[in-house]
Order: sequence, then structure tokens, then C-alpha cells
Amino acid sequence: MSSTTHDTHHEHGDHHAPPYGITRWLFTTNHKDLGVLYMSFALLMFFVGGAMAMVIRAELFQPGLNVVDPYFFNQMTTMHALVMIFGAVMPGFTGLANWLVPVQIGAPDMALPRVNNWAFWLLPAGFVLLLATLFMPGGGPAGGWTMYPPLVLQMGDAFPFLIFAVHILGISSIMGSINIVATILNMRAPGMTLMKMPMFVWTWLITGFLIIAVMPVLAGAVTMLLTDQYFGTSFFNTAGGGDPVMFQHVFWFFGHPEVYILILPAFGIVSAIIPTFARKPLFGYSSMVYAVAAIAFLSFIVWAHHMFTVGMPLAGQLFFMFATMLIAVPTGVKIFNWMATLWRGSITFETPMLFALAFVILFTIGGLSGLMLALAPVDLQYHDTYFVVAHFHYVLVTGAVFAIMAAVYYWLPKWTGHMYDEKLAQWHFWLSVISVNVLFFPQHFLGLAGMPRRIPDYAVQFTEFNMISSIGGFVFGFSQLLFLWLVIKCVRGGEKASDQVWEGAQGLEWTLPSPAPYHSFETPPVVK
Amino acid sequence: MISKMLVRALAAIGLLASAAHAAAEPGESGWRQPWGMNLPEGVTSLSQETYDLHMLVFYIVCAIGAFVFIGIFYSVWRFRRSAGARPAQFHHNTMVEIIWTVIPFLILLGIAIPATQSMITMRDTTDHEMTVKVTGYQWLWEYEYMDEGISFFSRLDEDSQRARQRNPEVAPEEVDHYLLDVDNPLVVPVDTKIRFLLTSNDVIHSWWVPELGWKQDTVPGFVNEAWATIEEPGVYRGQCAELCGRDHGFMPVVVVAMEQDDYEAWVDEQTGGEESAQAASGDESGSESGGGESGEQAGGGEPEELSQDQLMAQGEEVFGNQCAACHQADGQGMGNFPALAGSSVVTAEDPQEVLDVVMNGVSGTAMQAFGDRLDDREIAGVVTYIRNAWDNDTGDVVQPAAVQAAR
Repeated sequence: MSSTTHDTHHEHGDHHAPPYGITRWLFTTNHKDLGVLYMSFALLMFFVGGAMAMVIRAELFQPGLNVVDPYFFNQMTTMHALVMIFGAVMPGFTGLANWLVPVQIGAPDMALPRVNNWAFWLLPAGFVLLLATLFMPGGGPAGGWTMYPPLVLQMGDAFPFLIFAVHILGISSIMGSINIVATILNMRAPGMTLMKMPMFVWTWLITGFLIIAVMPVLAGAVTMLLTDQYFGTSFFNTAGGGDPVMFQHVFWFFGHPEVYILILPAFGIVSAIIPTFARKPLFGYSSMVYAVAAIAFLSFIVWAHHMFTVGMPLAGQLFFMFATMLIAVPTGVKIFNWMATLWRGSITFETPMLFALAFVILFTIGGLSGLMLALAPVDLQYHDTYFVVAHFHYVLVTGAVFAIMAAVYYWLPKWTGHMYDEKLAQWHFWLSVISVNVLFFPQHFLGLAGMPRRIPDYAVQFTEFNMISSIGGFVFGFSQLLFLWLVIKCVRGGEKASDQVWEGAQGLEWTLPSPAPYHSFETPPVVK
Repeated sequence: MISKMLVRALAAIGLLASAAHAAAEPGESGWRQPWGMNLPEGVTSLSQETYDLHMLVFYIVCAIGAFVFIGIFYSVWRFRRSAGARPAQFHHNTMVEIIWTVIPFLILLGIAIPATQSMITMRDTTDHEMTVKVTGYQWLWEYEYMDEGISFFSRLDEDSQRARQRNPEVAPEEVDHYLLDVDNPLVVPVDTKIRFLLTSNDVIHSWWVPELGWKQDTVPGFVNEAWATIEEPGVYRGQCAELCGRDHGFMPVVVVAMEQDDYEAWVDEQTGGEESAQAASGDESGSESGGGESGEQAGGGEPEELSQDQLMAQGEEVFGNQCAACHQADGQGMGNFPALAGSSVVTAEDPQEVLDVVMNGVSGTAMQAFGDRLDDREIAGVVTYIRNAWDNDTGDVVQPAAVQAAR
């Protein structure tokens, strides 16, 4: 790099302004631009996956074949999961990390800006492939997002597209995570020791390692499916000496850490929001860090609790039961610490706080049903019923999704320079929190009363709760249009936000102007 | 709809009150009710154990939940800023951290002990008195009584089958036990330790009757074990619990538990019934209740010659039961499932290829091998039917003799 180029660059004087037009977004290496791209993509996918959920709830509104064929129903349940996990929640968290990690640790940008661009632009490519399968001969994947063989091998021509899409999404996640981990470990401002990092940064550091560890495992598993189908291998084919259950072991070795990938950043968000609106420091910071690390470690040794019914040795069932139950301990520590943070605070109830409080309460419900599911002998009843569906939607919707919404309301004024419409946002919160419980709470009852999951039609005895659940689902689904409108409205204008935005907010991002400039912390701040 | 829901709610309350009477007549268990909300206590020691453990843990998590929720709601009410709360600045206390790590751990230990005991009991299949082999197919079950020499297939009953179509002739609400009834239920004696051996012929299924207290996956190429000692006579219903393709929601399980005497009479009927079925072969095929290996049934005597009309009638019935779910009643197929109407394989001059597909299936697809599941006459009928139905008009017939020759 010659000094002349450097000087020319300054002469043009464009150092602080983003370029205009579509190329800004295509070629950007700016962490804030990429954060916006990631989150916009996540929001789009949230509505695509949500539309699929609406189809599911419409078909289940009453017994009988009402709206869609059972085979298409199976495509909907499968794609809903893939789109929400890989398209909405993961990119949502990655977008938040992109925007927030550099400004929270006092870095000028991410460590690997071009990798950042590439990691994002792989996502639309992957999802074009994945969603296109719905229009291919034989339809999209219909064997569940877990892709268990031999069923998944009965798929039509779209099968290799599914596999390739999963590869691309995996590569994207791995590159994004390497970038975040590298940024956190190398680019912290002077004085920002590891144990001074905001909780959101900590949770993403650990999440990043989880993604790097398990995404290749998923890639390996689906590649074995591919070779089983087209190249004559028999990894999962008993007739050739393989074992279909081995796929489940490999898949869930990825899959269980994956569910913590979907929740740990949420812990970080809530740990930022609750102290702000309680006007009191987070209680037990270091125990919160250790709890996240403990949860991450345990996530690697509990995978077979998804498989209590496949027929594994008794010793295996017992080991995975004990290990799973242990997760309740660090998770409980987190909940209790949040409670202690609230204790003797001075609490106000702006929308981010409402979502964060709803997160703590509703995630706890999901955690408690998780404890029930951990018990192998009773899981033989719960497994593959709507009880499980209720459980993971409590942790993923009222857990992960609520946390992302809390984060958006919390940091939106910093991103846009405007306050969002508080009154409308409160409407969005109350509509969401009520309807989501109407949607998912009755599903506990359905599962216990004997309704299996992933069925397009059901015995008449399940009608009432399904109807209630569907009504909750429609209200919840359409309430999210309010969220979209609120974000658009806030981007376009609104009351000017102060730099501090929230009275009790702590951290480097609040020392920046609102909206945060295109380039920030080019001179590192000093953290005392 | 609201009024219907009310009626059903009232009916549920009434039935709960008279659950004891309900059990008397056809032996239907009282557990499956509209607005049902909880696991059954069930009719085996295992189901009782899982129910007790479930309730124990349920009360524990309710207590924990109450503690957390009351704590949060009290805090946000008591320390709300609008009431003038001033924030404290404490942020650490090692002692409470230790307390709320150790106490949950002890609670978990308390739950783990009964859970471990239950798990050990559930896996102990020693001293079983009879063995039933359960095989999952897309989308029906096969039951084989290992000692009695009885075996049969069990699939969704015809009323449910009709009601589950688009614009059905009968509404689901009008079918008794919609989607929870089968043509041939599994009949077992009470107070007998039954060992179940579970496997699958195609993809993974899961055999589940809540009132027995467990579900067990059926994995192709592997045999899983489970057991049950049913303590009360009755009809117990369940469903496939592992996604197994298009008709995963339509392969129920029905277990009829009888007193030992009744069961023995049923066994005699089945084993005797096989001979009479063979004698009367031709009059009433298709209903193979307990008819043994149906594929071998026709193997004894000379294969019969049938007219095209007979074959078409037979074929239409088989097609409706076995094929229409995927290939559709109009033969147009759907999505992944190929159309039969106009198919070059189906209408080829030589029927051998399509016969081979029907009898042996197509590996790597959802197309099953029906050779073991249907008898010669049924296969002949269905092949004749698909070669002549819709606009397929090969005009020829396939006789049972040709099927027998192809076996």
C-alpha cells in the first residue's frame, strides 16, 4: 500500500460517507451496512416462514382435509422450520452481532470485512435454492427439517438442491462466526478485558465457537445422505450394513448445540436490557458468563435426548437423561440472576423491557417443560407430540424471537437516530404476548392428550384446542405486520433520539452519536 | 361451531362423571375426550409409573415456576419507578449464587432417582409370556403373534378413509373414532406380560399407545424391544408418532385387550378361520382379518380364472385402499408420486414390468412392495384395474395365475 493511494483517498473526502445505489449494498464491507442487510433478510424470512406457519394453522383449524394436501402440509412443516432457523433467527442474531459487537468493544469494524460481505451474500443464494425446491417436480423437502433417512431419500428431484442449500447456509454461518470470534478476540479497545465485555459480546463469542464446531458436522451428515442417494454408499442403509439411527446421532450432535446457538445471544440481549430499565447493574456478571460457558459445554453431551425412543442401550438413556437435567442448573442461575437484577431496581416499562420481561417469564415456561422432557421414561410419552412442539416454540418464539424484537426496539434509536413509536410498539407487544400464549399454551394439552406432531389431520377430540391455537396463530402472525410498520416508520423519521437514548443504558455504543456514524471508533476508546 | 364446542364440553364433563359406566359397554377407555389435557394413567404398571413421575415433576416445575413468576411480578410492581423506587447498586453476592446452584441440583437429584428406577423397569423384558412382532409400513402396521402363528395387517378403517378426503361424503365429526380406528385391531390378553418386537419395512415409524405408557420407534433393519402387561380389558388407541411420509397421520394403532378366555376363543377363531377362508377363497377376499400370510393364501389351490368385470371390481377396491393415497383416485399422481393414467410402464403391452413394480416396489422411493401384502387375486385385480381405468385401455386382463407365476 503506497502512501500516494492513501493520500488520494483522503483528497476525495468520501471517507465517511457511504457510496450510493445498489452497489453500496452489494459490495459493502461496512459492519453496519451488513448488519442492516442481515436483519432485513431475517425479517423477510420471518414473514416467509410465518406464511408457512399460517398454512399449517389453517389446515389444523378443524379436522378433515381442508386447505392443503397432506404431502404439501409436510413440505410446509419442514420448510417452516428450515426457514425460521436458518433464515430468520440465525441471520437475525448475526445481524445484531454485526451491528453491535464492534461498537460494544470499541472496534472500528469487523476483523474480516470482505468475509463478512461474502458470508451475507451466500444467504440469499442458499435460500433461493432452498425455496425453489417448492416448485420442483416432486415438491420441496417433506421429511421434516431433521432430514431423517430413509424418509428423506424418498424426496423428489429437489433432494440435491436441499443438500446444497444446507451446505451454502452452513458455509455462510461458519464464515460469519469466524469473523465474529476473530473480532472479539483481536479488536477490543484498550482496557476492554474479556471480563469487562458486555454480555451480548460474551454470548456471541461462545455461540461463534459452537457454530464453528457443529456446522461442519451437519455438512458431513447431509453429504453422507447425498452419497447414499447417488453414489452407492450405505452409511444409513441397513441393507448395505449401515444404520439409519447413526444419522440421528450425527444430526443431533449438530442439532443440540444448534438450539443453544439460537438462544445464547438472546441471553446476552436480555442481560443488556434488564439492567438498563432497572437502572441497576447486572447481578452476578461473572456467574452469568460461567453459566453460558457451562450451557455451551453441556450442549455437546446431551444430543441423544432427542432420541430416547429410537432404541438405545439403557446406559445411554440414563447418561443422556442425567446430562440433560444438569443443564437446568446453569439455566436456573441465569434466571435467578435476572430476578436479582430486578430486585430493588427502579423499573420502567418501555417496549424493549416489556419484551425482555416476557422473555424471562415465557422462556422459563419453555425451560420447565424442557426439564420434564429430559426425563427419559416420561419422554417416551411426550416424544414427538404437540407437547414438544409447545416446548420448543416457547423457547424459540417467546425466547429467541422475543429477544430479537427486544433488541430491535432497544437499539433502533441508535441505528436510525429516531425514536420508534412507543405507543404503537406497546400495542405490538401486548398483541404478540397474548396471542402467542393462546397459540402455544394449548399445544401442551394437545400433546399430553395424545396428539402426535407433524400430522395434517387429527381425531375429533383435538378440535377445540387446535381451533384456539389456530386463532392465536393468526392473531400473532398478523400482529407482526405492526412490527414491520414500526421499523419502517422509525427508519423514515420520528422524534430525534439522544446519544444516550435510554437513561440507564451502559456501554460504549451509547457514547456514539445517534444515528451512529458510518465509521465509528476509528480511534479506539480507552476503557477504564 | 361455538355451540358444537359447548355441547362437546358438556358431554366431556358428563362422561368424566360417568367414566366407570363408559368402560362397561364396548370397553372403550374413558381417557380420550374432547378438551383432554393430560396423560392417561393408563392400564399398565408402566403407564401408571410414567403418569406418577409426570405428575410429580409437573408439580415441582409448577412450584419453581410460581416462585420465579411471583418473584418477577412482585419485583416489577414493588420496584416500579412510577412508585418512586430508587435503584440500589449491589451487583454480586457469592453466597446466594451458591445457594441457587446447589438447591436446584438437589431437586434434580430427587427427580433423577425415581426416573432412573422407572427407566430400568421399562427396559426389563425378561419373563415375558408372549411375543408380538410389530412391523411398520407406509402406512399401516403388521402384527405377528410369534407363538400363535397369527399375522395380519392393520390399517385405517374405511369410514375414516372416506372422511379424510377433500369434500368427503361423511364429515369427520360423524365418524366414530375418526383416524383412530383400524380394520383389524391388535388383540391381546390381559394380565399377560407381552413382549413387543418392533421393526419397520421401509422408513422409521413409531408405535404408540398412550395407555400402555410408551412409544417405541420402528427402525428398518433393527429390532427394538418393549413390553406391557395390560391390567384392564378395553380398547386402547394410538397413532404413529414418527413422521413417515404423506400418510403419517393416517396409520392408527388399536389394541383390544380381552380376558384370557375371550382371547383364547379369538385365537381359535383366527387359526380355524384361516382354513375356512381358504375353502371359501374367492367369495370374500380383501377382508383378511387374521387370515395369516395373505400372500400365501391362494398358494394352495388352483388359481381361478376371473372375468374382466370381477377383476376390475376387485382392483378398484384395492386401488382405493392401497394406491389412491399417493397416485390419487383419478390416477393423476401428485407431486413426487407419478401419474398412472397415461403412464408408459402401466400401459405397456407386456404387463410384467408393472406387475414387478407392484409386487416388489421401487427401492429408494415411497413405492412399496405389495407382493407380501396382497394375495394373487388382489394383485391381479389392481394391475388389471390400472391398465384399464381412466383412459388407460389396454383391454387385456391379468389373471391370478400370472401373479402366482411371477412370485
